[in-house]
Amino acid sequence: MGWNPDDLPPPACDDRRVSVETKAKATEPVRRRRTGRVVAGVAGGVADHLGVEVFWVRAVFAALTALNGVGAIAYGLLWLFVPQQAAGVPEQPPNPRERQQALGLLALGIGAAVLTGLVSGPVSGWITGPLAVAMVGAAVVWREADEAQRRRWRDGARSGLLGTGRTTVVRVLAGVALVAIGIGVLLVNSYGIDQLRFALLAVVATLGGVAVLTVPLWIKLINDLGEERRVRIRTEERAEIAAHLHDSVLQTLALIQKQAEQPREVKRLARGQERQLREWLYGNVVEDSTRPRTLSAALTAASGEVEDQFALSVQPVVVGDCELDPDLYALVQAAREAVVNAAKHAGVAEISVYGEVEPDRVTVFVRDRGKGFDPETVPEDRHGLADSIGGRMERHGGEVRIRTSLGEGTEVQLMMPRKAADK
Amino acid sequence: MAVRVFLVDDHALFRAGVRAELDSITDDVEVVGEAGSVGEAVVGIGHHRPDVVLLDVHMPDGGGAEVLRQVRTALPEVVFLALSVSDAAEDVIAVIRAGARGYVTKTISSQELVRAVVRVAEGDAVFSPRLAGFVLDAFADRPGAAPISDPELDLLTPRERDVLRLLARGYAYKEIASELFISVKTVETHVSSVLRKTQLSNRYELSRWASDRRLV
Repeated sequence: MGWNPDDLPPPACDDRRVSVETKAKATEPVRRRRTGRVVAGVAGGVADHLGVEVFWVRAVFAALTALNGVGAIAYGLLWLFVPQQAAGVPEQPPNPRERQQALGLLALGIGAAVLTGLVSGPVSGWITGPLAVAMVGAAVVWREADEAQRRRWRDGARSGLLGTGRTTVVRVLAGVALVAIGIGVLLVNSYGIDQLRFALLAVVATLGGVAVLTVPLWIKLINDLGEERRVRIRTEERAEIAAHLHDSVLQTLALIQKQAEQPREVKRLARGQERQLREWLYGNVVEDSTRPRTLSAALTAASGEVEDQFALSVQPVVVGDCELDPDLYALVQAAREAVVNAAKHAGVAEISVYGEVEPDRVTVFVRDRGKGFDPETVPEDRHGLADSIGGRMERHGGEVRIRTSLGEGTEVQLMMPRKAADK
Repeated sequence: MAVRVFLVDDHALFRAGVRAELDSITDDVEVVGEAGSVGEAVVGIGHHRPDVVLLDVHMPDGGGAEVLRQVRTALPEVVFLALSVSDAAEDVIAVIRAGARGYVTKTISSQELVRAVVRVAEGDAVFSPRLAGFVLDAFADRPGAAPISDPELDLLTPRERDVLRLLARGYAYKEIASELFISVKTVETHVSSVLRKTQLSNRYELSRWASDRRLV
C-alpha cells in the first residue's frame, strides 16, 4: 500500500508480539533440542525434560555404548521417536565448553563401542564392520529426512526443488548406497550367495507386510497433517487481517486523533485510508506496488494520487476495461494532468473522472464544477494544458476537447483511438 | 409536507448520526423511525408506513435485499433508497434489482442525502455516477457481453445510454437536460426506465456479470 511508514508516529500500541507460549511447564513432553546440539539434540532434550545437566545425560549414553552399543541404539531410537522442538521456541544459547565436553564424550562412546567390538572376537568384527557402515548410511538418510529438513523441502518445493534440493538428493543417495553396501556385505558374509536370494525375498515380503499393516497409521498421519495445515492457514489469515488493520486503520486513527484540530488533514487521512481499505476489501483494483496494467486500475490509481496530494475527492468511474499500451498510458497521464489542473485552479472539493472503453477508442472525461476559465485569456506561459495534455495526446494520435465557461466549471474530454482492436 | 423517512442500519451510532443530520439540516425530511435488523425493519416499516426507507445493504441477517423482498410486495408505495458504505458492483446491483429506487454511499454529504431522499420520494431515481457506470457496463452491447435474449427489455435505448453516460460524467439532471436539448422531466423518465430495466433484466444476470469480471 502506498503508505509511507516514515510519516508515522511511533505505533500507539506494539501489540503484535502477543505472548502465546504460556503452556504449563510440567506437562511438556520430551523435545529434541534445536540449538546447541552435537548429534541430534537427544541428550539435550532428555536433560531439559529431566531437569539435570546435559553433561551427565551424555556421559550415561557414552557409558551405555560401551555395553555392546546399547547407548547408541537407545540414542538412535530416541532420535527416531522424539520430535524436534518447534522452531521459534526460545532455548538457551549453546555453551562452547559444554559443546567441547559433548564432543569428547561422543568420541569416547565411539571408541568404547569399537573397543568392545574388537574385544569380543574376530567373528563379531566381521559383523560390526558392515553394521557400522549401514548405520552411518542410515544416519545420513535420517538426518536428511529430519523434521527441519522436511519443512525446508516443503517450502522449497514451491520455489523450485532443484535450487535447494540437489545436494540433499546426493546425500540421500549416498546414504542409501551406504546402507545397501553395509547390509549386502553383512548378508554375503553370514550366508553366502545362495542363501542371499532367499533372504532378500524374505526381507521384501516382510517389508510389504509391514507396509500393508501400517496403512491405517499412514492415513491417520496424512489426515492429521491436512487438519494441521487447515488450522495454520486459518490462523495465518487472521494474523494477516490483524496486521493489515494494525498497519493501516489503527495507525490512521491514531494520526487523526493527534491532528483533530486540522480538519483538512483529517479529511485527507480518512479519505486515503478509506480508499485503501476499500481496495483491500472489495477487490484489487490497484495492484499494489507494481504499475497498474489495465486502464481502469491506472485511472483509479492516478485519481487516488491526486486525491491524496490535494486533499479533495476524485471520483473515478470506468466503463469497460482493457490492457494499457503506450498510447493509453499517455492518455492516463494526460487525464491525471487534467485532474491536477482542476484540483489546482477550479477551487472545488470534488472532481469526476469518467472513462469509457469502446471497441475502437477510449474516452476519458475530467469534470469539475468550479470557476471555469476563458480559453482566450490563458497566459502564454501556462504549459499545463497545451503541453502536458494537448501535446501528449497529439503525439499519440489522440484528441483533446475542452468545454469551459466562467462559473460553469470545466470539462476536459480526451479521446484516444485504439490501435489493435483486439476485442 | 415533510418526507417521512425510516432508517435501517445495524449500527446504532450511524443511525443516530444520520437522524441528527437530517433533523438539523432541513424541515423537508422527518425521521419517523429506525431499525437495526431485518426483522425490526419489516415490522417497523409496516407500522410507520414511511415515504422513504434509507436502507443499509450489509446487515447480519440477510441485508437490505432481504428487507426489500419481505416488504416490497405488501407495501408497494414505500420507496427504498440504499445507503451503504460499500460500492462494490455486486452490492449495488443486488439491491437495485431487489427494487431500491436509488443507491448512495455513506460518504455522501448531508445536503446531498436530503436532496436524494426528496428526489426518490417524488418518484425519481437517484443514480450516483458510479452506479450509472455499473449499469452502463452491465448493459454494454459490445462483444464479450452476455447474449441478449429480449431486446425490448434488455437493451438500453441510445437516449438512455446518453443520459447514463452524462450521469457517469458527473452531470446533474438539469445539465443533462440542457446538454441533450430535452426537459428535466424527460431525463427523469429515461433514468426511471433504466432502473426498471435493471430490476427486470433477470436473463441478463447482472450479478454474474459482475463476478465474471472479478469486480466483487
